[in-house]
Amino acid sequence: MSTAAIGHYTSTGQDTRKIAFWTFIGSECMLFGTLIATYLSYEGKSVVGPTPQEILNIPLTSVSTFVLLMSSLAMVLALAAVMRGDTRYSKVWLATTAVLGAVFLVFQAFEFTQFVDEGLKISTNLFGSTFFVLTGCHGLHVLVGVIWLATLLIMSARGKLGPEKAMNVEIAGLYWHFVDVVWIVIFTVVYLIQRGPAA
Amino acid sequence: MEATAATPDSLESSSRLWSWITTTDHKRIGILYGATAFVFLLIGGLEAMLIRWQLMKPDNDFVSAETFNELFTMHGTTMIFLALMPLSAAFFNFIIPLQIGARDVAFPRLNAFSYWVFLLGGLFLNASFLFGAAPDAGWFGYANLTSIQYSPGVNIDFWAMGLQILGIASLAAAFNFIATIINMRAPGMKLMRMPVFTWMAFITQFIIVTAFPVITVALVFLMFDRMFGANFYNPNAGGDLLLWQHLFWLFGHPEVYILILPTMGMVSEILPTFSRKPLFGYPVIVYSGILIGTIGWGVWSHHMFASGMGAAADTYFGAASMLIAIPTGVKIFNWIATMWGGKIRFTTPMLFSIAFIMLFTIGGISGVMHASPPTDLQQTDTYFVVAHLHYVLFGGAFMGIFGAIYYWWPKVFGRLLNERLGKLHFWLAFIGLNVTFFPMHLIGMLGMPRRVYTYSAELGVGGMNLAATIGALTLGFSTLVLVYNIWHTAAKGEKAGKNPWGAATLEWAMSSPPPVYNFSVIPEVTSRLPLWTVGGMNEIPDVPPEPIHVPGGSYWPVLAALGLVGFFTGALMHSLWVALAAAAVLVVSVFKWAFEPFEM
Ligand SMILES: [Cu+2]
Repeated sequence: MSTAAIGHYTSTGQDTRKIAFWTFIGSECMLFGTLIATYLSYEGKSVVGPTPQEILNIPLTSVSTFVLLMSSLAMVLALAAVMRGDTRYSKVWLATTAVLGAVFLVFQAFEFTQFVDEGLKISTNLFGSTFFVLTGCHGLHVLVGVIWLATLLIMSARGKLGPEKAMNVEIAGLYWHFVDVVWIVIFTVVYLIQRGPAA
Repeated sequence: MEATAATPDSLESSSRLWSWITTTDHKRIGILYGATAFVFLLIGGLEAMLIRWQLMKPDNDFVSAETFNELFTMHGTTMIFLALMPLSAAFFNFIIPLQIGARDVAFPRLNAFSYWVFLLGGLFLNASFLFGAAPDAGWFGYANLTSIQYSPGVNIDFWAMGLQILGIASLAAAFNFIATIINMRAPGMKLMRMPVFTWMAFITQFIIVTAFPVITVALVFLMFDRMFGANFYNPNAGGDLLLWQHLFWLFGHPEVYILILPTMGMVSEILPTFSRKPLFGYPVIVYSGILIGTIGWGVWSHHMFASGMGAAADTYFGAASMLIAIPTGVKIFNWIATMWGGKIRFTTPMLFSIAFIMLFTIGGISGVMHASPPTDLQQTDTYFVVAHLHYVLFGGAFMGIFGAIYYWWPKVFGRLLNERLGKLHFWLAFIGLNVTFFPMHLIGMLGMPRRVYTYSAELGVGGMNLAATIGALTLGFSTLVLVYNIWHTAAKGEKAGKNPWGAATLEWAMSSPPPVYNFSVIPEVTSRLPLWTVGGMNEIPDVPPEPIHVPGGSYWPVLAALGLVGFFTGALMHSLWVALAAAAVLVVSVFKWAFEPFEM
């Protein structure tokens, strides 16, 4: 196109998609902020059990947290591989990131079924409502991320993810790291710092 | 596709309807937003007429109490989410890219998606009437009136999911406009050279981005309570009903600025144009807009004084709310100073803008009154509050938007709206709204509660209510004058040149209506008022010196919007299969969208 140069002019020199994505992350902060604030304001206010102290499995969730943290590392390596045009390691690290994300989801599915078996459902008490909606919303974000990464992996396998497409991976990485950071906050607030009297 | 002067409409090859459905042109999307929102405005206005007809005399039985609940709920919801916000969005779409010298918004297909989600969300909400289940718990739907126990029908489901859908449309548009304004400005268009309308729209988008997630979560809680028996708003399980009020007003107060800031931007364009003077104190107007948007986050509980929050919270929220009056007052003095000593032309847009200043000030002053907790306790849930909010939102926001309609109409459609009919519209609206809403101050102070379908003759407010009804009918008639004016102008309207008002900003530098590519060459500005400054910008030739690439249409945004709204329809029907099928349509559309060749 004759006007390609004009089409790519930007006021800040930054990629427009990246700017839009940062605003998206800003709104996601408000979303999770509201969920976490609600969790905190209802903490210890359930009138019946099971309580967090009775049911949360910190060792198990520490393992899944570690898995998710490692996936962020793999994401960094994936972006670096794509940027230097290394197709082999692009695929390796994208696949690693996606698989680690999927493993986290398996852990979460296991945890949820375990809780339901032990008598904690969304309708059981305030803890059940706030816990499942907060962590479920996060899990949904991880699921979207895994699908996104799988798509990038397929693109890479088809040879359509060269260095010129690095911005696609960078934005997916922004998303992935954000979801990871949110989990660290949730893990700290929900699992590590348990406040309030049990019912 | 190549569009040159010979084929200005790149979409001529396809059928007209199809080209509108698949359009990604910000100007067409702006027109779609405007037309759709105007229809919803008429529906919301009709609801207001029915409310006023019921309240015309004491002990009236024109509508039942149940219908009355539906009418005021849908009137408020419609006017805020389906009329005011999208009317502003119409101007954001059409005007912002022109004002900053861009060929389109940053993400044209996302823009189309926002529109279709808005349209389908509006239809979704109003479809509730067809099922005899219109939302009926008020526009702020307080818990636990909305619980399954007290609202067993689907009325509240329509409301909660309808708002959820509309929120998605607003958020998608906000990301788009922020990226557009940050990154698509023409060379020389520094932030502090942007027209005030673009500035106020910019601030508004940040409020949308931060405020809508809060209501989204509050509505998710509500839906989980209703569908899966969660306990967020269930006092029996230890839930706190004030959680809803806090979350709702954390969104709800910033929402007021989402409604009023764009209009402040509009009058800030109109007043200088018809005073032949640059806006007085441009940076101060910009900074006070930012300040309003920021402080607006810390005042939400002034809607909750009656819930008994305690002296400390009451004091803080009262004081913070009064503080907002300062940047707002600064703006009002700036607008007055803009007119001072100017060569004022009393055109229709100017009349609406001057009325905006006056009426918004009245609404602002009554707002400062109930920023004081003891005063507020007397006024809460009475018609005094109804008077206040209508002076702000009708006297303020809508009057400003009417002014903007007259001001930018020639740019959008190439013909000037008739001035005589415009002035008739103005005077009928101005008189009508004062006759409607001014008596409501007194009706409220005499103790008539809002949201109650009738009142007894002993209250002694029958006469003033009759006056308010007559005023409302006048107001309704004034809108019909506008409709007639539009029809009249389409056939016989005077043709507008590039710059019929002699305005200063970039959108007046090209032909009216603008060509599909907007600017034949990329503009370069050296001044905040490029058309009022010698050498303020480069020459924009009428014929592009070289072919201009214009992105073609796409139908994936429409399909994605259908999938999204289908998902909520499935949830409303409690049908997992409908929801899953619709979600599949959404996912496929998003993938097709992401991978279709669409060059900017
Ligand atoms: Cu408020």
